[in-house]
Amino acid sequence: MQLIINGLVIGSIIAITAIGLSMIYKTLNFVNFAHGDFVAFAAYIAFFANKELGVHLAVAFLIAILATMLLGVSMEKVVWRPMRRKKASRTALIIISIGFALVLRNTLLFIWGGSTRCYDIPVRRGFDFFGATITHNQVLVIIVAFILMFLLHYLLSRTMIGKAMRALSDNIDLARISGINVDQVILWTWVIGLGLAASGGVLYGLVTAIRPSMGWYLLLPMFAAIILGGIGNPYGTIAGGMVIGLSQELSTAVLPTEYKFAVSFVVMAVMLLIKPEGLFGGAK
Amino acid sequence: MYIWGVRDDEWGDGLMENDDTMILEVDNIVSGYTDLDILHGISIGIESGEIVSIIGPNGSGKSTLMKTIFGLLRIRDGRIVFKGEDITGIMPERIVRKGMGYVPQEKEFFSSLTVLENLEMGAFISDCDISESLERVYRIFPVLAEKGRIRAGALSGGEQRMVGFGRALMLSPDLLLLDEPSAGLAPKMRDMVFGKIIEINRSGTSILIVEQNAKRSLAISDRGYVLEMGRNRFEGAGCELLENEDVLRLYLGG
Repeated sequence: MQLIINGLVIGSIIAITAIGLSMIYKTLNFVNFAHGDFVAFAAYIAFFANKELGVHLAVAFLIAILATMLLGVSMEKVVWRPMRRKKASRTALIIISIGFALVLRNTLLFIWGGSTRCYDIPVRRGFDFFGATITHNQVLVIIVAFILMFLLHYLLSRTMIGKAMRALSDNIDLARISGINVDQVILWTWVIGLGLAASGGVLYGLVTAIRPSMGWYLLLPMFAAIILGGIGNPYGTIAGGMVIGLSQELSTAVLPTEYKFAVSFVVMAVMLLIKPEGLFGGAK
Repeated sequence: MYIWGVRDDEWGDGLMENDDTMILEVDNIVSGYTDLDILHGISIGIESGEIVSIIGPNGSGKSTLMKTIFGLLRIRDGRIVFKGEDITGIMPERIVRKGMGYVPQEKEFFSSLTVLENLEMGAFISDCDISESLERVYRIFPVLAEKGRIRAGALSGGEQRMVGFGRALMLSPDLLLLDEPSAGLAPKMRDMVFGKIIEINRSGTSILIVEQNAKRSLAISDRGYVLEMGRNRFEGAGCELLENEDVLRLYLGG
């Protein structure tokens, strides 16, 4: 039971962080390796606002999301859009994103050092839940993550901009032919995707220690979740995230904890072998 | 008064030569992909209300011409005028706003979106209420109204083609470009598509078709152009081309 709860917590974090990675992957056709470091960036901004500026964590949460969105939007305007205009190859884009990942991670290391940090929140006793202990923070993570998923669902299925985001990730050429302002919708995809990644990062900081590499290590489970759910399929990504989170945690019952991340590797590899389009379809 | 009447008649007869009735003029266009020109100076014209077919062997530049007209490829030389306005080199989204629609040859619909969402994307740039546009599209393709909530990817080939048409018709374009509208369909569905093309044309939309199925396409066309190797080869009325021996032998398989 304890493992299932831990799995759900980490699963919801993987799910909401991976959605942005998945949508950008499918829309722009490249893997943004800096995505995980945006997650860490958000956690640090929240930590900075919460601990060093002394604002409430909820406010710090919003500040972190806005800061991450802003960083993402500037990246899009300064780097990705000009690179698209130049018809940069996919490899070039991936290398740029790896470079940016390193810069971002080492900037965090430079400013706050390598030691682990945590938010300024009271440590409270967890409560019993069918024989398992569940902490307030874990409850908070699950609730916030589910609210965000619901909001995302509303955005994607009920609003024009959300539908256009799905249209772009489905068929960007046809979106252009339909007269949709593709650059503007891509900007929105970054804003939403990184907003979710930032929320995930702040939530992650609630259940784990904040350190510069926290996002980088989350990237692998995120990939596993995306492949499981079908690239570019946000709902599949949520389900994939849950499956990966649960299988990682449940594996610790039979395997040493160090092998936790290997489990996502195995799940991803098996998935690619037997059903490469993902459980719920997506990119071929 | 009487003199005016005569003039009106003469004017009517002289439509072919009058530039004001031209909805699209493509003038000596040179274009293609990054390092490769496909079109080497093509000129075509479409008059308001016409159906015009472009035929030619594979690689003659038919689809390239469509993409060029729609602003998807860089134009190296020449001029495109749409409704009297120079649209050479402007972005597709502005061309859509000026009243041109395009149904590409492949992936002409958003497969993971529902039928209704596909149509909504066709009217994404419209600020007005789209219910009227939906009604109009449903009148032409009633089946789309029934299947509004179904994912386009789950429909039959013919229905998917209708979704593609419907999407392009949402903004009531004055000119509709159709790239291989009957390709890959069962014979019965082909009949349906050609019937719908005539219906759409009667409602006031000029149509430019690129078609492998040249005979069918020319039969419903007012005029046709034959391209070869990125150049104009023949042009004439639809029935004229169908009877032209060279055209028959070269492109219509005898």
